[in-house]
Parts: sequence; C-alpha cells; structure tokens
Amino acid sequence: MSGWLYLHLRAIAQALVRLARHPLGTLLSALVVGIALSLPAAGYLLLDNIGSLARGVSGTPEISLFLVQEATDADIAAIEKRLGGDDMVASFRHVSRDEALRQLEKGGLGDVLGGLASNPLPDAFVVNVRGDDPGNYESMQARFREWDKVEHVQLDSAWVQRLHALLGLGKSAVLLLAGLLGFALVIVTFNTIRLHILTQRHEIDVSRLLGATDPFIRRPFYWFGSLQGLLGGLVALGTVWLTIEALSAPVESLAVTYGAVFALSGPDLKQSAAILGFAAFLGWLGSAISVRRHLAERMR
Amino acid sequence: MIIFDEVVKKYPGDYVALAGVSFEIRHGELVVLSGHSGAGKSTLLKMIPAIERPTSGAVRINGQDVSRLRAGAIPYLRRNLGLVLQESRLLFDRSVFDNVMLPLVITGHPPRDAAKRVAAALERVGLKGRDREIPAGLSGGEQQRVAIARAIVNRPSILIADEPTAHLDVAYAREIAALFKSFNEAGVTVLISTHDESLFAGYSPRRLVLGSGILI
Repeated sequence: MSGWLYLHLRAIAQALVRLARHPLGTLLSALVVGIALSLPAAGYLLLDNIGSLARGVSGTPEISLFLVQEATDADIAAIEKRLGGDDMVASFRHVSRDEALRQLEKGGLGDVLGGLASNPLPDAFVVNVRGDDPGNYESMQARFREWDKVEHVQLDSAWVQRLHALLGLGKSAVLLLAGLLGFALVIVTFNTIRLHILTQRHEIDVSRLLGATDPFIRRPFYWFGSLQGLLGGLVALGTVWLTIEALSAPVESLAVTYGAVFALSGPDLKQSAAILGFAAFLGWLGSAISVRRHLAERMR
Repeated sequence: MIIFDEVVKKYPGDYVALAGVSFEIRHGELVVLSGHSGAGKSTLLKMIPAIERPTSGAVRINGQDVSRLRAGAIPYLRRNLGLVLQESRLLFDRSVFDNVMLPLVITGHPPRDAAKRVAAALERVGLKGRDREIPAGLSGGEQQRVAIARAIVNRPSILIADEPTAHLDVAYAREIAALFKSFNEAGVTVLISTHDESLFAGYSPRRLVLGSGILI
C-alpha cells in the first residue's frame, strides 16, 4: 500500500473514531446539515416533478401555421417542402380547409357553418418542434411569420412557456436557498472543527514536535468535515424520500380529479449522488477554512 | 554534527536569552548542558529542532543551517531528531503503544514494521509488555521512559533531552541517565540539559555550562 493511501486511510479511520466518540454531537450535526439541505433538495425535486407533469399534460407543444385564403396547391406544396427541409421541425401535418370545416361541423358548429356561402377556413399546418426549449418555439414562430402565404402563426402551448418561466424562477429561488443554507452549513462545520482543534491542540502540538507536516495534521479534519457533511446528506436524502412517500397518495388523488395520472418521483441515482456530493463538499469547505485559520493561529 | 555559531536569541522586551553562543558537538558525543534556571538551556535546545529561531548567528545540524530553514522543511528535520522534553508531552487518552507509534505514523511507516519497532523501543526502555497501558496509570519515571521510547523509535542519530529527570526522584533519575548513556554507547549523539550534573558524573560526559545566556 502506498504511503499516501495509508495516510489517507488512517485519517479516515481517525475521523470515524472522532465521529463515533461523540455520537450525540455527530447525530445533531448530521440532523442540522440534513434538515437544512432537505429544504432546497425537496424544492428542486418538487419543481422537477411539476416540470414532468407539465410535459405530460401538454404533450409536445405545437405551432399552427394558417395560410392565406387564396393559397393555391402549389403554395401548399412549397410550404410542405420548406417544413420538410427544416432541421428544427420534428414532424408536421397538413390540415386542409375542407378537413378543418369537417372538424368544426363535428364539433357542433354545423348549423352556423351551414349558413355560410363558402368555406371561410384557410389551409393550415400543425408543426411539432424538436426539443422542449421554449426559446425554440418563439424563434420558429417568428420565422414562420416571415414565410410567404402564411397569414397567421399560433403557438398552441403558450401556457407551457409561462410555466417554464415560473419553473425557471422557482429553480433560481431554490438555488439561492441552497446557497444561503450551504453557507450556514459551512459555518456550522467551521465551528465544529474549531472546537475539535481546540480540544486536540495538545495532540497537534506534540505531532508537530515529532515532525508532522501540515497536511498530516489537516487531513483528519478534512475527512471529518466531509464525513459529517456526507452523513448530513444521507439525512437530507432520507427526509426527502419520507416527504415524497407522505405526499405521494394525496398528489395522486389530486391528479385523478384533473383526469391525469401522476406519481411523485424521488431523487434518481444522479440526483442522490449530487445531494451527497454537495453535502460532503460543504463539510470539506467548512473544515478547510477552519483548519487553515485555526492551525495558522496555533503556528504563531 | 551540531554547530552553534555566535547564536543570539532576544525575546520581545529586549530580554536576551542567548548572547552569542558558539560550540560544536561531534558525532557520537555525550554532552551535558547545565546552568541555573533561566540561563538559556531550554532556548538553546529548542534551536536544534527549530522550535525557536536565533535572532542572529547560525545553528547547523550535519551541515544544514536549520536557523534559516523554510517552515515546510522543519518537520523533516524533526523526524531525524529524538526529542525528550521536560514535560513528557504524552497523549494521555492513548495507550503506551499508540504514543510510541506516533512518530512512525507521521512518517508513514508500514504498520507491521512499525509495531515491531515500537516493541523494540519499549523493550529498550524497560517497558516490555506495558504497551496496552494508559500513560496516566504509569509513574513519572515510566512516563518519561515512554517519552524516550517515542524519541528513539525513529532511530535518530541525535537525541536531545531537556531536563528529562526534572520531576523524578533520584532512583528514577539515575535509571533515565543510564538509559541515555546506553543510547550514546550505541552511537547516538546525546545532548542533555540538567540541573543535576552528578547524575551523569560517572559517564564522563563533555560539559557545557550556560550562565546568563553565555557559555562559561
């Protein structure tokens, strides 16, 4: 085993012993970190779930192109050709003016339409756009408006855009909350490590006299902070899962009343790893700042 | 080889602990440093592992000027020295074994080889089989022996001891003095400060006497 690996394994063992020696303190710290992290984590997942729900309800947003009344078959064929060659268009279908009329008649407007001398409806195209970036819909809508023989362009899922904007705002708020709570957690770890350094000052001084380098002395504190953060991350994950379990049934019932089938989903593997990694990073950061500051003081 | 070249140490308030001390200790020597309290013995000894830095002058260990050593190099200097301080400076929440093991852990020694070295060091100071005990349960003399075992476990070529017999009764103090003599006989350079030179009188050491910051 390399000396570097041995020293790290020893530092991890030392950190674990320190955590185990003070079970109540360890538990309380993990709970503080966990509960604080569970708020932004749960918020993020909630927004993620709402996003999935919105995608499920609206399907893929569609753009409708209404042609001018006097559009000829050649005009229709030209537009068909342009749509077919557009990379951003996933699929499209032509709705002829006759088909549109029939749909309206089926919809119960037969009496009204029967009184008209001619079909007032234009030919139209319903276009599905690639991807789900709302920015794409707007740019395509603007582009289609420029096309010859196109009278009107309508984005069928404008509300999805508004929802996306709201979700974006929500995600920013969650990030801000995560930042603020993360800062608080760094302070919690900073203080915990400061107390550990104070209680272990004799051991630190003796180790220095015997030839311990700064990394040797710092390493167990870094691992302690990271492990404490990791434990907090596990508490946060547990809290999020419990919350989702508790809310699943009521949310499903609510979805049924809107004629939808929807189940809340918990963090996937990637999201779980992100929560644990973020928690461990905050612990490491707090300990790194504390160790740098307080060991430097002891050196003076 | 240890060389002090016109070493001056002043503390804030213009208190002069060492006022131009020069001497040379050759490899394998046994040197006893004596002097009254406040003569500067501890300050002088602390210059060798760079715990203290001279205000002027130079301290050279095996040709290396340790008084100008950068901070990052000091740990590596200390690993090659055996230090026994006035207070035993043991970790009282660890076993005797863990205390003696500490220098080997710091240097990243393989655990199996390190355990053998610890056992040998404890046997050398007469504490064989006491490795699982806690220092708090040992007598003052035994605690000092643990500190000595810790100092020699890295097999240093230079052993420095600051008043290692200060708080011990005469019988324990003689045993500790004999231990240092035995290390010296094994080829280790030994520099000891003491109030009581008579403890080492039978070993014909070289004497250095400090008085008010200068060698007398």
